[in-house]
Amino acid sequence: MTPKLQLLFEQLPDLLGGHLTLAVPAIFIGVLISVPLGILCVKSATVRGPVMSLVSLVQTIPSIALLAIMVALLGGTIGYWPAFIALLVYSILPIIRNTIVGLESVDPAMREAAKAVGMRPLQQLLLVELPLALPVILAGIRTATVWVVGIATLSTPVGAPSLGNYIFSGLQLRDWQRVIFGCIATMTLSLVLDQLIAVIEKSIQSRRRVSLVLATCALASLVGIGLAPGLVTPDSAGFANLLGQREGAEEANDLVESTMTLDGQVIRIGAKGFTEQFILAEVLRERIRKVGGTPEVLTNMGSTIVFDALAKNTIDIYIDYTGTLWSTVLKELDPINRISMRAVVAGRLFDEFGIVVVGSLGFENTYALVTKRETVARYGLSQIGDITPAARDLRIGGDPEFFGRPEWQRVRQLYSLGDITEVGMDSTFMYQAVADGQVDVAAGFSTDGRIDAFDLAVLKDPKQAFPPYDAVILLSPEASKNKNLVHAIEPLVNRISVTAMRTANRLVDEGGETPKEAAGQLLPD
Amino acid sequence: MNMDVPAIELVALTKCFRNAKKPAVDSVNLSVAQGEVLAIVGGSGSGKTTTLKMINRLIEPTSGSVRVMGEDVTNRDPVILRRSIGYAFQGVGLFPHMTVGQNVGVTLRLLSQSGECVSKRVDELLTMVELPADEYRDRLPAELSGGQQQRVGFARALASKPRAILMDEPFGALDPITRDGLQQEFRSLQKKLQLSVVLVTHDMSEAVLLSDRVAVMHEGEVAQVGSPRELLTNPVNDYVAQLIDTPRRHSDFIESLMRMAPGEGTQ
Ligand SMILES: Nc1ncnc2c1ncn2[C@@H]1O[C@H](COP(=O)(O)OP(=O)(O)O)[C@@H](O)[C@H]1O
Ligand SMILES: [Mg+2]
Repeated sequence: MTPKLQLLFEQLPDLLGGHLTLAVPAIFIGVLISVPLGILCVKSATVRGPVMSLVSLVQTIPSIALLAIMVALLGGTIGYWPAFIALLVYSILPIIRNTIVGLESVDPAMREAAKAVGMRPLQQLLLVELPLALPVILAGIRTATVWVVGIATLSTPVGAPSLGNYIFSGLQLRDWQRVIFGCIATMTLSLVLDQLIAVIEKSIQSRRRVSLVLATCALASLVGIGLAPGLVTPDSAGFANLLGQREGAEEANDLVESTMTLDGQVIRIGAKGFTEQFILAEVLRERIRKVGGTPEVLTNMGSTIVFDALAKNTIDIYIDYTGTLWSTVLKELDPINRISMRAVVAGRLFDEFGIVVVGSLGFENTYALVTKRETVARYGLSQIGDITPAARDLRIGGDPEFFGRPEWQRVRQLYSLGDITEVGMDSTFMYQAVADGQVDVAAGFSTDGRIDAFDLAVLKDPKQAFPPYDAVILLSPEASKNKNLVHAIEPLVNRISVTAMRTANRLVDEGGETPKEAAGQLLPD
Repeated sequence: MNMDVPAIELVALTKCFRNAKKPAVDSVNLSVAQGEVLAIVGGSGSGKTTTLKMINRLIEPTSGSVRVMGEDVTNRDPVILRRSIGYAFQGVGLFPHMTVGQNVGVTLRLLSQSGECVSKRVDELLTMVELPADEYRDRLPAELSGGQQQRVGFARALASKPRAILMDEPFGALDPITRDGLQQEFRSLQKKLQLSVVLVTHDMSEAVLLSDRVAVMHEGEVAQVGSPRELLTNPVNDYVAQLIDTPRRHSDFIESLMRMAPGEGTQ
């Protein structure tokens, strides 16, 4: 087995555990809610209309949006609960629908026979109607299972670890092996659960007690794992804790701040879903481990979700960018210069949210117009303004979203680039497109490793049309009271230059290294 | 027990279904003495099934009353009433997900008899309808022939030792040989257990063979009630005359075939 594959397998118990913990209880409780609700719908037309319209309507909400809505409805809580509730909601429709269809397809003669042998209404339901409708109801439960197991992969961005972690990080790292591994693991889990239910169904029909008992036990133990969320996590956390303390102890002699220990405290690190954030999360993890803390990392979180989680103390620390905070959190429109923005953001985050900006990491990840060295030579380019005379003949590539953003409007206006041709493309391909000459300029990111990989030049922005995107370390209101944590983090301030960050990103994006390895090289102390 | 009280008595029993122009059952007066078999005969849609279902309150009458052992059924809990009256269904009506034994014992379990009592009685009933218990108890209805299913249906109807049984075309779907055998068994069981029976059928031969008295229904009304002999000698109208005459016409025809010279009929 290759080391890379081995790494993927090492993460499997945690991620599979997380996935089961979400999916199995969601389906189980989904059954407990939907079957009675389905019965009620069959017995009462007044219940049925509203219930079915509501359930069908909810089902049409795109799953990723439903997850985000749950975070909002729970007042910004991230992690297990919003993901669980969204999955529960998704399990309901197929089960209700099949319960109704199953009960309504029971031969009316059977219902009359049940009455004629002297059954009361509840006995008719339990002894005759439900058993006869069972195959159809189980088919609904199987559909729900396949849906829920699939959709559970989407709970990664709201901070609930699942097999989706492989898929999301694989997409960001352009590591297809990782993506495929995640897909196969998810599909296998779906199939196993589906087959377990099929075995239960068959053994009920053919009245084979033994296989019924076995399959039910297997399913029940999965439900058990699922219903005891503590079972998987604390155990592995405890293990990590041991490791963390031991490593911390080994290194203790070398560290100046060795008196400041986090004493095994759990520190929750958040990260958004792109390469640089994965690497920085590893940097923070290593830092916290070195001072004796127990780091827990939640990656692939949505951009606003990770901020809300920090504000609510659900996570303790993460890295964000001043320009992003300026527009999305503080809702400011026009940018100001780098130093002032850092000061204003720090002041207002503290005043309005109690969030503390420990400091800047030392680099900016801003938008950057990049171009080939040949183009630089041909047109004599050094800054964005130099493009203006040739704008009519040039093509600029970028994310379709970028061309709709106010940043681009400002650049076009300040440098009079109205005549340039815009070519929308996925950001994955735009560096390659510039290198191949398919476009002349690309709107990239200043820390992207592919700028170096393709030997591209970054055009200067003397008019500061792009807002500053200083990478800053943020601590939650609670975490900022932890003096030892603040001291542990402070040495990171101003330690990472833009070229160092770019190199680290490149190691992961092009060199196939893990974010952890890249983090090790970024700060090799 | 007072043997003069009729087992079942219908008084001016009427049923109008919603949206129907004519009543499905119109002022029916009938009575079944204890230990008697009353056949209700009539064409399809004449109201036989509706009349039968009003007896155990599967259908509630629009007007009129039903008395079982002298007591008006509206005074009784319909569920308790149904458990005390056997019902053999048109098309059998066994529960496909229950074994033969579970089907036969279902009413007994509803009466919350102990498991041991139920299984003893189930074996006894299966033996009574000539299905060896050890062989058939654990089979599903789908694993039985039509005749065997009907026997199970009888066993189920007799399970709670009811004094009255309602039967709706119970032999309708069987082949002639099986039907004949089952009819004989039914008659001897009925005599042995002194059952009071209402037997609904559209087949006059069956009615004549199995019942003590026959009620002819036509368009929701009872045209005539009497012993087969009374109906034959004294039909009140052409409809009754024609209906009661069918078994005799059939047997006359068969007899004339028999009297023909050998080979005459086939060439
Ligand atoms: N549940 C019902 N709703 C409305 N009409 C019914 C219902 N059951 C029976 N009928 C009507 O009542 C009449 C008598 O039906 P039924 O008693 O089943 O006749 P039979 O058993 O003699 O064939 C028929 O016209 C039938 O269409
Ligand atoms: Mg009928």
